[in-house]
Amino acid sequence: MTPIASSTASSPSATGVFDDVVRSESSLRRFLHGLPGVDQVGCEARAAGLATRSIKTTSKAFAIDLAIRMVDLTTLEGQDTHGKVRALASKAMRPDPADPTCPATAAVCVYPDMVPTAKQTLGDSGVHVAAVATAFPSGRAAMDIKLADTRDAVEAGADEIDMVIDRGAFLSGRYLDVYEEIAQVKEACARPDGTSAHLKVIFETGELQTYDNVRRASWLAMMAGGHFIKTSTGKVQPAATLPVTLIMLEAVRDFREQTGQMVGVKPAGGIKTTKDAIKYLVMVNEICGDDWLDPDWFRFGASTLLNDLLMQRTKMTTGRYSGPDYFTLD
Amino acid sequence: MFEYAPAPESRAIVDIKPSYGLFINGEFVDGTGTSFKTVNPATEEVLAEVAEASDADVDEAVKAARRAYTRVWSRMSGAERAKYLYRIARIIQERGRELAVLESIDNGKPIKESRDVDVPIVAAHFFYYAGWADKLKYSGYGETPLGVAGQVIPWNFPLLMLAWKIAPALACGNTVVLKPAETTPLTALLFAEICQQADLPPGVVNIVTGAGDTGRAIVSHPDVDKVAFTGSTEVGKAIARAVAGSEKKVTLELGGKAANIVFDDAPIDQAVEGIVDGIFFNQGHVCCAGSRLLVQESVADEVLERLKRRMSTLRMGDPLDKNTDVGAINSGEQLKRIRELSEVGDAEGAERWEVACDLPTKGFWFPPTIFTGVSQAHRIAREEIFGPVLSVLTFRTPSEAVEKANNTPFGLSAGVWTDKGSRILSMANRLRAGVVWANTFNKFDPTSPFGGYKESGYGREGGRHGLEGYLKGEAS
Repeated sequence: MTPIASSTASSPSATGVFDDVVRSESSLRRFLHGLPGVDQVGCEARAAGLATRSIKTTSKAFAIDLAIRMVDLTTLEGQDTHGKVRALASKAMRPDPADPTCPATAAVCVYPDMVPTAKQTLGDSGVHVAAVATAFPSGRAAMDIKLADTRDAVEAGADEIDMVIDRGAFLSGRYLDVYEEIAQVKEACARPDGTSAHLKVIFETGELQTYDNVRRASWLAMMAGGHFIKTSTGKVQPAATLPVTLIMLEAVRDFREQTGQMVGVKPAGGIKTTKDAIKYLVMVNEICGDDWLDPDWFRFGASTLLNDLLMQRTKMTTGRYSGPDYFTLD
Repeated sequence: MFEYAPAPESRAIVDIKPSYGLFINGEFVDGTGTSFKTVNPATEEVLAEVAEASDADVDEAVKAARRAYTRVWSRMSGAERAKYLYRIARIIQERGRELAVLESIDNGKPIKESRDVDVPIVAAHFFYYAGWADKLKYSGYGETPLGVAGQVIPWNFPLLMLAWKIAPALACGNTVVLKPAETTPLTALLFAEICQQADLPPGVVNIVTGAGDTGRAIVSHPDVDKVAFTGSTEVGKAIARAVAGSEKKVTLELGGKAANIVFDDAPIDQAVEGIVDGIFFNQGHVCCAGSRLLVQESVADEVLERLKRRMSTLRMGDPLDKNTDVGAINSGEQLKRIRELSEVGDAEGAERWEVACDLPTKGFWFPPTIFTGVSQAHRIAREEIFGPVLSVLTFRTPSEAVEKANNTPFGLSAGVWTDKGSRILSMANRLRAGVVWANTFNKFDPTSPFGGYKESGYGREGGRHGLEGYLKGEAS
């Protein structure tokens, strides 16, 4: 199984395999509703079972560093300023100023107008800039506005675009509209030099509500060419949960079985502690396996999580807990 | 690679004595018989010497139980009996970690199961029946106890089976003489200590350790009014013969060869979990284990592929490691039986697949195994293996599934996996099994009655129905 090239060029589209599926509204509906159902009780029990794994000593140290490298350090507030974004970007590059061995995070995640500021601070550090687009968080805008929003962020230098799907269309059964929306946003991610920003597709699973819907949305987004599937905007409760992420991990695993292509997963919102993050990594490990234990294929959308990871990391190396004042608040 | 570092639960919390006597009339006594050793099945380390109760010891225990019955326990109000049961339940919770660690050491089951399944359900059982003690007139079975109950329990869930036996017996006003299995006596002896701690009147609970002879002495003792047994069908039949013609009331929970039926519209990922829970939970040492997988032919390949992938993530090893999913086989004798029946499976032409893993050199181990290409005529489809071995059969229609599922001398449990509610109900009506699980498996709750059809035994344990076996049953 060959993972697709990660950060350059657009991934080979999954269309072809699914041409017949996306030919019409009814064929797409038949396919999505033909996916095996999810038993809610069983799914939640499985997630809870995996959450009892005991990750200690060397494996905990490994998990903490990996989790830091997977963080999309996020600020998505009306009150965001250039100063705030610069501070966040600095933190992403050097999360623990006291310890140069601490890895950088995967990306910072900001609104499109903050992309130039983030880009400028991050330079060629290797930390990506992710921008939310398509009338985030509600997605309630006309299609051309969503596309313009996306192009604007890509032009400003965003490496990754986090789009939201039209949940209204999805819930009213207009799957083909959602499919086409994702495909068009993906086209808008293209750059003049032929490369393309990576596309993460946010479902807002708190609004989709059922696990069956999450599974259908996952397949829809993967067939439309999304590079990542992402749980939530962080603006709706519940945001990421273990069972929802379990369903999405099963979907990317099964999608690779069928097409040979890997798609990434990003739980976002509500993951605040190292303990939580490790539960997610255990789940990735036991559902998808080693290939997904990489920032190219799994991310955490989070802000407060990073400091808890740093505190636990310091505890692992020094044997003592230090207070929150020893870690930067940005 | 994300390797999980060893995460062993500490043994320091348990205090295993070099030798144990019998618990008779509220005290530990030496007994007049010989002794035997109990070992840790994961390491073959000898844990303790345990007294083997002689006929005379059993007689002493029954006498103590009779005295306690006539002088104290049967005269006590239900509300007062309930206080003792609640107290026992709370002490079980308080000492839960100790009980879980000891159970895993003596039995070989993973600590995550003894900690998250066995011990919590044990406590729940005492809480549940404590609630019945002062409400027996609403039970539908009268409120008169039987007298002295002789109870013999197996090694697969040593403490849980003890709770299933003792909690309803005491709630109804009976006193008990209980024999734990010879390979797993330690948690029953710790339970005896808990009875002392709870100030339970002497003689209400008596624990006599030993093997088959001790069990026979209890069952055939003339002053025992009730016999409750969980174990093999073979021994169950012998007990039924031994008590035939006497006044003794009997309940038997015996073997099983449950069908776990997966339809093509099942929630596949959860069904795979249910298959794994059904047969690899507790190393397959479960009388209601889903040891026959009946999968609809149209999804058989997909289900098997997913099952094998899932099985390869099972973690086998040190039962005290918190990340262990599959522990040790309980005894060398049981391991021998599992091996023999598996070899019969090979010889009869079924195809064996097992998880590739390094087995520890010490102790009793058998890797999670499935046999495909099994037909109803194969011995591994008919006989209880009582180990982590799954026989896979296929079917084409619901009627064929029912026919194959019921085509067994047993009838303890069954599982149905489908997204269609109406099919669940029609299957449940047609399956001749005491428990039918829908879209789940091996779920136990004190409020739910449990028991078998046919050679899986008779009588029910758990729930209101579980009171029937311990009450005289006047018209309600």
